[in-house]
Amino acid sequence: MDLNDAPEEIAFRDTVRAWLREHLPHELADRGLGYDHYSREDLMRWHRILAAKGWIAPAWPEEWGGTGWNPVQRYIFEEECGYAGAPPLIPFGLAMCGPVLVRFGTPAQKQRFLPRIYNGDDFWCQGYSEPGSGSDLASLSTRAVRDGDHYVVTGQKTWTTLAHFADWIFCLVRTGGAGEKKQEGISFLLIDMRSPGITVRPLELMDGGREVNEVFLDEVRVPLEQRVHDEGAGWTVAKFLLGHERMNTARIGTSRRELERLKAQAAREIKDGRPLIEDPRFRDKLTRLEVELTALAITNLRFLDQLRGGRAPGPEISMLKIRGTEIQQRLTELALMAAGPLAQSVAAVGEAPRDFDLFTAGLAPRYCNFRKTSIYAGSNEIQRNIIARMALGL
Amino acid sequence: MNFEYTEEQRLLAESVRRFVARDYGFEARQKILASREGASEAAWNELAAMGLLGLGLPPEHGGFGGGAVDLMSVMDAFGEALVVEPYLSTVIGARFVARGGSASQRASLLPAIADGKRKLAFAHTEADSRYDLGRVSTRVRREGSALIVDGEKRVVVDGPHADTFVVTARGDHGLAVLLVDADAAGLRQAPMRLLDGHRACDLSLEGVRVAPEAVIGMGDALALIEEVVDFATALVCAEAVGAMRHANDATLDYLKTRKQFGVPIGSFQALQHRMVDMVIECEQARSMASLACARVDAAGDAAERMRVVSMAKIKVADACRQISQESVQLHGGMGMTAEMKVSHTFRRLTAIAQQFGDADHHLERVARLR
Repeated sequence: MDLNDAPEEIAFRDTVRAWLREHLPHELADRGLGYDHYSREDLMRWHRILAAKGWIAPAWPEEWGGTGWNPVQRYIFEEECGYAGAPPLIPFGLAMCGPVLVRFGTPAQKQRFLPRIYNGDDFWCQGYSEPGSGSDLASLSTRAVRDGDHYVVTGQKTWTTLAHFADWIFCLVRTGGAGEKKQEGISFLLIDMRSPGITVRPLELMDGGREVNEVFLDEVRVPLEQRVHDEGAGWTVAKFLLGHERMNTARIGTSRRELERLKAQAAREIKDGRPLIEDPRFRDKLTRLEVELTALAITNLRFLDQLRGGRAPGPEISMLKIRGTEIQQRLTELALMAAGPLAQSVAAVGEAPRDFDLFTAGLAPRYCNFRKTSIYAGSNEIQRNIIARMALGL
Repeated sequence: MNFEYTEEQRLLAESVRRFVARDYGFEARQKILASREGASEAAWNELAAMGLLGLGLPPEHGGFGGGAVDLMSVMDAFGEALVVEPYLSTVIGARFVARGGSASQRASLLPAIADGKRKLAFAHTEADSRYDLGRVSTRVRREGSALIVDGEKRVVVDGPHADTFVVTARGDHGLAVLLVDADAAGLRQAPMRLLDGHRACDLSLEGVRVAPEAVIGMGDALALIEEVVDFATALVCAEAVGAMRHANDATLDYLKTRKQFGVPIGSFQALQHRMVDMVIECEQARSMASLACARVDAAGDAAERMRVVSMAKIKVADACRQISQESVQLHGGMGMTAEMKVSHTFRRLTAIAQQFGDADHHLERVARLR
């Protein structure tokens, strides 16, 4: 057992770090962890920089642009990007639709969509949740009815992240009749967001940001060749995709950077004439959080080490999701606490006051925004169900 | 980075598991606990024969030159089986000799320890020392060529089994570490039984004469004490992981077999989610135990070693509390009974949470190192 990076891992890390130092535009770094601080253009600019380098889709097969890195190298790459404060990569094309097409797509579908995802020509979003179907995803009711060589799709999707930026949406829709198991009769469709009958309506969240939307589909015509896998096999595709969705939820690199920022903040804040970081009550909360993150980094590597042998990721990914998001949330909570009463100010009205501090003003909204992490991508309760069933046999 | 055990480590782990399965099952352990000595001479001889007593000692003195990472699987198996032999105490004592002793001390003591002929105990804690390694009131003074020790040590773990005590004392120039034989004149033991089944004693030293050859460190021994106790702390973290894994396995088994309302209680989501949290805690603790063992084996920065060991102990102490409490709760009334092994694991985990410092102590130490 050796917990140090091997020489080739150190060399790889150095290569990635040096490249990031040179190519990550300063004006894009460190704008916060959420999407809401980036424009579509910001996000796609970073996407294209990585695509030009050949690093945008490391996990894809090499014939479609993958790098051939092993899971540990991919982890190091993601950790370094997070630690450098790079903008988040939008997973809907790269980590979801792409792998789905690689696994289930026809040759024509792959040819048509994969290069455009890779190059950042199309912006994708995910049409899964519906008003009546959250954790119970398979109960979805958006319906697709065949009409010649098209489906006609009618229904409503919700919580659709960045739908207002998207060119395409992949959707789970109901194609089968009633009376069967609810997981059956679902199909996976690729839908052009410019199709007539699609309306996008923003959902304003409690942090004031615009990130998620409702997507209404009213008799939207979708060519049959935009169905992935067989009709009625959508649930197989959905389960495959959910495994991919959870791959990088531990976000170790990003949390490491946030922890450093939090420590710096706690060293600047003054309580009773002394830096807040010396206050035992605050300091111990900070240390416990650092312990948890340190442990999760090792736990994450232990799991990856097992995957290096070629085993498919299992329910351990759910552990990383649960603990990783708890850490992310706690980081935002302690940052809010560290700022004290000044954290209540979230935005200037009219001309900004002289001492108005954008960093501090962002803390409370970020705390609010991050409540989403234990809800999205399979709530942490659903993750516990998965572990109980798959790993513990309960 | 690589989390695989070497072939040697795997074989060792296997033979330790075979040993505890054969000689240290729950019933055998209960018999050992109930015996007059509270430990098993036969088991001790077996540990010596398997080479476990020399595992961490230098090869030139009959050992195998292993580090904490090599000892991890042993401690893990002992944690699972709740072994009450004075193993860790002897490892600690031997570590003092190996790291701080003179050439002649090493040559005379270490082979005997490796052979199982000499057991040691670490006599450090005092009435008001709590977990502070530097707070020592026991005095050592010179009298001619000899040294005279006076003081009171409390709750010396495994003390009644020891042939030799490693005693900390304060001299005119700082902290000292001394070897004191159990039959030395002026030494009195008041034996006791600990919560986790280990035997211990209070130790009173009145004008105990120590020859100069029995001095391991004199004046500046704090760094040595910290180093050895960090080593022991990393090992007890590994032991905790074995005990926690057992508590989880036993609890999971109980959830699947115990029926109420006509169904296994493991079908209830309220219990499932608590079980999952126990499993995650155990994985996190295991990660920190591995990190601590790797760190105490690596040469270099003492401050970094202390920081990592303390962080590990914080995680392990928190996990010990959660898993021990939840394992009893999920067993219901049965978890309270002495007939269930889980109640004994509860006691050992409660002890480990505080051994070598509780979470608060280590939170403070991390803060001082910042």
